[in-house]
This record gives sequence, structure tokens and C-alpha cells, in this order.
Amino acid sequence: MSKLNEAAEKQIREICNRYKNEKTPLMLILSDIQNEYGYIPLEVQEVVSEETGISVAEIYGVVTFYSFFSLTPKGKYVIGCCLGTACYVKGGQLIIDKFGELLGIKPGETTADGLFTLDALRCIGACGIAPAVSISGQVYPKVTTEQVPKILAEYRAKEA
Amino acid sequence: MSKINIKIEGIPYQVEENMTILEAAKSCGYEIPSLCAFNHGECNQGSCRVCLVEATGARGLVASCVYPVAEGMEIRISSPKATEARRRSVELLLSNHNVNCQQCDKNGKCELLHVAYATGAVEGTFQGAKTPTILDELAPGLVRDTSKCILCGRCIERCKNAHGLGILGFENRGFRTFVSPAENRSFADSPCIQCGQCVNVCPTGALMEHSEISKIDAAMKAGKHVIAQAAPAVRASLGEEFGYPIGTPVTGKMAAAMRRLGFERVYDVNFGADLTIMEEGTELLGRLTNGGVLPMITSCSPGWINYAEYNYGDLLDHLSSCKSPHQMQGAIIKSYWAEQNGIDPKDVFVVSVMPCTAKKFERQRDQLKVDGIDDVDAVITTRELGRMIKRAGILFDRLPDEDWDQDIMGDYTGAGVIFGVTGGVMEAALRTVYFKLTGEEYGKIEFTEVRGHDAGIREAELDIKGTKVNVAIASGMKSAKVLLDEIREGKSKYQFIEIMGCPGGCINGGGQSYVRPVFLPNESDDILDTYKEKRAKALYSEDERQTIRQSHNNPQIIELYEKFLGEPNSHKAHELLHTSYAAREGFNDIAE
Repeated sequence: MSKLNEAAEKQIREICNRYKNEKTPLMLILSDIQNEYGYIPLEVQEVVSEETGISVAEIYGVVTFYSFFSLTPKGKYVIGCCLGTACYVKGGQLIIDKFGELLGIKPGETTADGLFTLDALRCIGACGIAPAVSISGQVYPKVTTEQVPKILAEYRAKEA
Repeated sequence: MSKINIKIEGIPYQVEENMTILEAAKSCGYEIPSLCAFNHGECNQGSCRVCLVEATGARGLVASCVYPVAEGMEIRISSPKATEARRRSVELLLSNHNVNCQQCDKNGKCELLHVAYATGAVEGTFQGAKTPTILDELAPGLVRDTSKCILCGRCIERCKNAHGLGILGFENRGFRTFVSPAENRSFADSPCIQCGQCVNVCPTGALMEHSEISKIDAAMKAGKHVIAQAAPAVRASLGEEFGYPIGTPVTGKMAAAMRRLGFERVYDVNFGADLTIMEEGTELLGRLTNGGVLPMITSCSPGWINYAEYNYGDLLDHLSSCKSPHQMQGAIIKSYWAEQNGIDPKDVFVVSVMPCTAKKFERQRDQLKVDGIDDVDAVITTRELGRMIKRAGILFDRLPDEDWDQDIMGDYTGAGVIFGVTGGVMEAALRTVYFKLTGEEYGKIEFTEVRGHDAGIREAELDIKGTKVNVAIASGMKSAKVLLDEIREGKSKYQFIEIMGCPGGCINGGGQSYVRPVFLPNESDDILDTYKEKRAKALYSEDERQTIRQSHNNPQIIELYEKFLGEPNSHKAHELLHTSYAAREGFNDIAE
């Protein structure tokens, strides 16, 4: 197993220590790591296992259960397409399919240039503006398939 | 414990409070069909929904394995509603199950098939997509086939309870859920010790030993000299494959059966166990007198060796350098025995019958080869031997009691027999160490202080004519960890420690007969609490029946040293009978 660099390992242990007194610290630890690094690979889970005494298999189970946690690095911009009931009825599936087609990736994957990650979300509480798309915090209301290339161009322009 | 009043099918009963409905019903004489529940709540996820019953005070049907009884509760097991619900639950499980039962090694021992019969479930009632499956056959000891998994979680709990390991866990969610080592790795690429405890509790064929019967068939077909040897603990369990009560020693019939399977020689690994004691006892005395690394820890259990190499790479100097008994005996068969019989060792094929799945891994270790030749060529479990006997059409209970072959080697003592139970190796070693230290036999013969039959730690301080020896025994890695952490912290007071991988030792090995109350109608209700003790008794009784009970008094062992090895720990003994260890990464890098 490729080893973490010292600084990263130290920080993971520090995050684990924050929740030493919690009865069930795992979700809190994993949330902090996800926020800090953007993903939670196996070598990080091994350190968390050492610190908490929870088996790696169990931690891996939690990481793969919740779609918020990721095993691989996410792109600079995370495109979250809502597929909750309201968005789905309003054509959310077509929107995510369009993003996938234009980026050449499936939901859960990241583009080779590391720019975009495509995620399917379950109800982000924006049913009134369905179908909704959230990109790194910014929410796009009532998205149509025609808008999708424009949205992508907007972010590509930022990078140019 | 106070009693409460309940009714089952309208009939009043008194049961202990705090029981689940499933347990309470059992105490009243009802076996509610159930699947995921196991061993007094060792696994109680309520996940399979097979044990549904009607109970007053509950909304809808309840899973009886997790729902507690209450005063005045009226329970209906056989109401049309409950009966149909249980059948539907099993039909749903079958709809996502690989129903190729005739090819499944669990055939006849499958609890899913049992509840399917008990509930009247019909396969194919629900048609639809099936969860994508994984077949992991990379590990020498274990096979995982998720197409047979019903997600009960028993294996996950057993791994945690026995070893504190938790190699297996649920991965993903919903329809895509499966049970796996982290990252959906093979057992071979995870810190799994391949002990097989998970196999022992799996209700279906999802977890099995990696069968090597076909290797034996091929060797016989190729005209090799196929020699079989059986471990001590196998005799305490093999009878169960043929309906004998648990704890019936079947040594004589086992030897007879193996001979009829076409093995050229059938030997008892007890001879190897006696040899181990000569080597290990001498090694211990050497370490005690020459300031060697102490405590010394036994090295017979390959599950334990795997655990040590994965988790305590810094303590490997504490392990005895002795090979395990069947490996020693294999090495002697391929050298001394082959030489005496004028046979090229390359034409000899040694089969070990073991209570163990980790032995399948052990036999492939590079460190055990002598001049590039494996000591042992195939390892089969107690269950696999049972299957071979059935395949050959041998009626086990009609076999005569026969002796093992005892030409050149194979004679054994009571000390060898007790290797199969936790504390046994320690006791056998002490009998010989006592003699070596004092020049006389220990009068009582038995060191009952070190005996037991379950997990946990036992310790004793022995005064051998002025020499104080502190010893400890642990089985199951959860217990072993306590002793190992003491050593790591420099706080261990022991000189000699015995560690066995499985809780209770080899009698409870991952290759032994399945103990499933549902298939054992003639055993008592508490059989899951008592089977280890019963099997242990079978071994201690054989020890008592032996006229020679100390390894150093085995005449063929004495002859082996005189004619071939020289003396214990000699150069030749080291070449053939000793080995080395190396720390390993639990989650090794795997090629994408």
C-alpha cells in the first residue's frame, strides 16, 4: 500500500483526535476528511482504523454507503444533478445524461483533466426550481438540455 | 431471572423475560424457521426477515429473532398471515440467489435450503435483475462467492468476535450491497488470516474452504506415491459428518476409511506433533539457558502465524522457529521415509487432513520448502475428507477400527493427541521440558492448570524443581492481542506462550464439521455452548488411553533421531524441521 506523506498522516490523526470523546465518531471524522481532502482513499481509512479501532472493512462500508463520501479525488468543479422525485419528474435524468455525454464520463466519475466530476444527487431540497443542478455550491434552476453546453462553457472559460 | 406469561398458538407458557420471541418459542418447544440469527445473538441483524411471526402489541409482523417477549404477549407462528410472510421472505432471498444447489459444496448443510423447505418457498416466484456478483478464488484457504450470499452478517460478526479483526464488511448500499474485505479485495490481498471461522458460520455456500480434492485425484491418476496424514483434532469431529454425536472419537474408523480411499500409507500427524515437541522443547530450553528471546511463542497454528506477520512484524523473533507438525512430518516423509523406501521424493505426494483452512495457505509458503520441494502437496479439511469418504461409497459406521500405519514412523504418544485443543501444545511441551530439566518424569503426567476448551487467556506459574516457568495460553486473536501488546510494551512476565488461531484451538478449527443446531436434532439445545468441550474431551480421553504419554518416550521418535536427524535442533533438524517468518503488509499493493 502506498504510504501517505507524513504531514497528511499527521493531519488525519489530528482529525481523529478531535472526536476522541464522541460515542460514534466515524461519520464526523470521515466528513472532516472528505471536506479537507475531497476524497477518502484506503490508506487514509487504514489510519482512521488504527486511531478508532473500527475495522477497515467497516469504514470502507460507510464510505461506500454514503454518496457524499468519495474514494477517488473529485474534480475542481463538482456537478451535482438532482435526481430527487421532483427533479426526476421534471427531466433531471435527461440533464445528467447530457452532462455525461458532453463530458464523456458516467455519474461518479471525473474528467481526465481533473476539471469536472459528475454526481447524481438525491433531493437537494430545491424542488420548486426543478430540475436543479448544483455546481460547487452554485445552484442552477430549471435547467434544460440546451443550457448544459453553455454551463460547461462558462466554467471552461474561467480556466482559459 | 423472573418469569413472564405469554401464549403461543393460544397455549399459555412461562418464559424468562428479556428473551427474544425466537428464544422464548424455542424454550417452549417451537423452532421458528429463521436464518440470519445465530448463536444467542452473536449475529442478530434481523436482516433476512425469515422469522416473522404475529405478536400482540406489535404493529404488523415482527422479526422474532430481535423482538423481545412481554407480559401477556400472544404469539402466532402458524397463522396464515405469518406462514405466508415467511414463505415470501425466503422466496425473495431465493430470487437473488444463485440456485445451482447440485454443484454447491454446501449441499445438504445449507440453511437457506432448509428454510425453503420449512416455509414451502418456491424458487422463481419473483423474477428480475440479480445483484452483480463476485467470485474470489485467489486465496489458498477460502473462497467467497457472493452469488450465494444472503447478507446475514454472521461472518462479519464472527471475525470481529473471534479475532477482533473485522476483515469482512458490507459494501455499497441497497441492491448493490455485498459482503467483502475492504475495497472488494480478495482475501489474499487483505490482512485476512484465512482461519475459516467465517466459513463455519455461513448459512449458505457463500464462504467455503478452497477445495483441493481434485489435486489428490490428479496425483493418484498420475501414479504418485500418495501418502495421507491426519491431524489430531480431525478424529474429534469427523464422526459428525456421519451422524455420530459430537465428541465421539473416530480414530480407528478414520484410519480404515483413509486406507480404503487408496492412500499408500495413512499416518497420524501425532507423530509429527511428538517431533515438534522434541524440537520446540529443546528450543525453549536453549532460549531459557542461553538468554534467548523470551517469551517464546508456539508456531503450530498458521492462522496465528498469518496474524503475527500482518500485525506484529516486530515480534517475530518470539515465534518458535519450528514448523507445524504436519509440515515437519511431510518433510520427514519426503526425506527419511522416501530414502528408506528407495523412492524419489519428487514422486511422493503428501496429503494432510486438517481441521483448518489456513493450512492450505501454509503449505504454499516459500519458507517451508526444502530444496524447492513442498513438504505437503495438498491439504483437505475434515469436511472434505467426509465428502471423499461419501464419494467412495464407504459406510463409515460399518468400518472396522484399524490402526495407522506405523512402519518407520507413525507411532505416537498421548502428548501428540492433545495438540488439537487449546493448551495442549503447552502441556505436551511441559511434559518433555520437565523431563529434560529434572531428568525424571513428571509424576502426575497431566498439567491440568493449562487445560481449557474455549477462547480467552489462561496462565500458570510452574515450579519445576526450583526453576520457575511462567506460561500463558491464548486462542482467538482477540485474546492473543492482549499478550502480544504486553510483550511489545516490555511488560510480559511469561517465558512460554501458546497461541492458537481459532477460539478453543483446532477442535474448533475453520475446517471442522459445521455445528448447526437445525441439522443436529439429537444434540442438546445448548450444543453451540458445549461442542468445543465435547470435542476436547474426545482428545483428552485418547491421551489417557495411550500407554506412552510423553513425546520423548516415543520409540520411533528416538529411532528417527538415532538413525537420521542426530539430535533435536541439530543442523539436519534445522534444515528439515525449522522455518522463518517475514512481516507482511495487510493491504498490499495490487496491480490495477
